[in-house]
Amino acid sequence: MAQQKKEIDDRFKRFGTVSFTAITKVNEFVGFLEKGVLAGTICKDCGIKFFPPRADCYKCLGSNMEWFPIQGIGRLVTYSRLQYAPSGFEKEVPYSIALLDYGDFKVFGRLSPDLREEEIQLGMEMRPKVVSTPDGQLTYVFEKA
Amino acid sequence: MGKVAIIGVGQSSFVRGYPGSIRELAFEGFKEALKDARITTAEIDASVICSAPEYDKQRSPSGVIAEYLGLTPQPTFYVETLCSSSSTGLRLAYSLVKSGLHKVVAVIGFQKMSEISSQESQERMGRGADIQWESPFGTMMPAYYAMYARAHMERYGTTLEDLALIRVKSSVYGQMNEKAVYRKPVTLEMFEDPQNPMSGPVASPLRVGDCCANADGSSCVIVANEEMAKSLCEKPVWILGIGAASAPVNLAGRDLFTGLSVAQRAAEVAYKMAGVGPKDIDVAEVHDCFTIAELMAYENLGFAKPGEGKELIRGRETYKEGSIPVNVDGGLLSKGHPIGATGGSQIRTIVLQLRGEAGPMQVKDPEIGLVHNIGGVGLYGNVTILGR
Ligand SMILES: [Zn+2]
Repeated sequence: MAQQKKEIDDRFKRFGTVSFTAITKVNEFVGFLEKGVLAGTICKDCGIKFFPPRADCYKCLGSNMEWFPIQGIGRLVTYSRLQYAPSGFEKEVPYSIALLDYGDFKVFGRLSPDLREEEIQLGMEMRPKVVSTPDGQLTYVFEKA
Repeated sequence: MGKVAIIGVGQSSFVRGYPGSIRELAFEGFKEALKDARITTAEIDASVICSAPEYDKQRSPSGVIAEYLGLTPQPTFYVETLCSSSSTGLRLAYSLVKSGLHKVVAVIGFQKMSEISSQESQERMGRGADIQWESPFGTMMPAYYAMYARAHMERYGTTLEDLALIRVKSSVYGQMNEKAVYRKPVTLEMFEDPQNPMSGPVASPLRVGDCCANADGSSCVIVANEEMAKSLCEKPVWILGIGAASAPVNLAGRDLFTGLSVAQRAAEVAYKMAGVGPKDIDVAEVHDCFTIAELMAYENLGFAKPGEGKELIRGRETYKEGSIPVNVDGGLLSKGHPIGATGGSQIRTIVLQLRGEAGPMQVKDPEIGLVHNIGGVGLYGNVTILGR
């Protein structure tokens, strides 16, 4: 009987404009993005919520995680609009990187390119939206809530 | 257990496009430090080589550099904490000497950034952050610090002009520093003129003039135990306090965006160890990779209260004649920032100041100096306090 070759789960290479990681224990993050959901993990033993998601809990040292969707509104902590980009991102300039605060955790990402600069204010309410790039990569942006 | 001293310092000129290889570059700072200490390679027990990886092709650079400098067969090894690599090297040398394992240790920092393009360099530095969760968004150092700048401006009313004033100060001393890469004057008008390159946008709110330039360079600090220092050196400079700290890489893991927690923590440790406070510091070198970084350093080191850093620069208190002179060698903004060499260059400046050998940049009779050297975007913090 021929041994079936085990398929490598390298879905993480689809995350972001350029992914620098292919294999991780939280590859299901990309599975959620495919369904239009941004997700973090929560430790089932001690209850800490993690974003970015983790496979292992540094507090109780367990690996008993379950996924939860990032829902509702976060507040814009800060952002920067890049007029110059590192190699691999030149085509996307200008774009803005930003941080949202959800209280229990924060989410690093990009602002929606549809936002006009004068609409953006620190502290404003925003929510993430999963999008795909022209190259078929999956990512997310923050929109005005 | 005896004290630990710095008995020799050196650095190469910081330049764009150094016409030589990394070992030749390292030789320049080393040679100057050895002459400064008036010792030979035989008197050095061990070497610590410091740089940030992936700018040149050499893997494990300590081997080739130790060989080229004539530091074999003594032990040598490589340390890195990005932009604070050589301060971490000093920390390591301090503990090697303090433990009694070695008597004299050379800390050699280098970086040859010109082997890759500026965009590739931004990509490398971007990957000094979280490659799994941040780099896929196209991050780079100026943009991260710009996020801190925006938060500081929003919270405390710090202005773009305050930031520009820091660059203007830097240029005053950059013009005096023969080893600096940028030696031209910078004025506020240059930031206001849309045609001037200084005002060009990089990552809002930071502009070209708010950012330090890449450079090639090397530095060397020679550390010795008390007995050796007293027998070899007329003006040893003592390491009074040495603090270090780390923070979450991903900004999502942090709580403070108007300052760097690593600087606060490293400063607290260093002050306590030295038995001094911010008011005792006569001259300081801070990690001004961006103008906002110097402003936050004023506050994180306790020279100003949170939010009041802008008052120091508006009142010219951080100029040579002010109450707390900062970066009176031009800082990273004027000297350039050859990552692995930067900490050693900052230490060199303070050692020269404490010895009264800083030439036109000399502050009046300083007794205690401080070096603040940050790796990554507030990822690694190092604060070192030196005294005569
Ligand atoms: Zn747990």
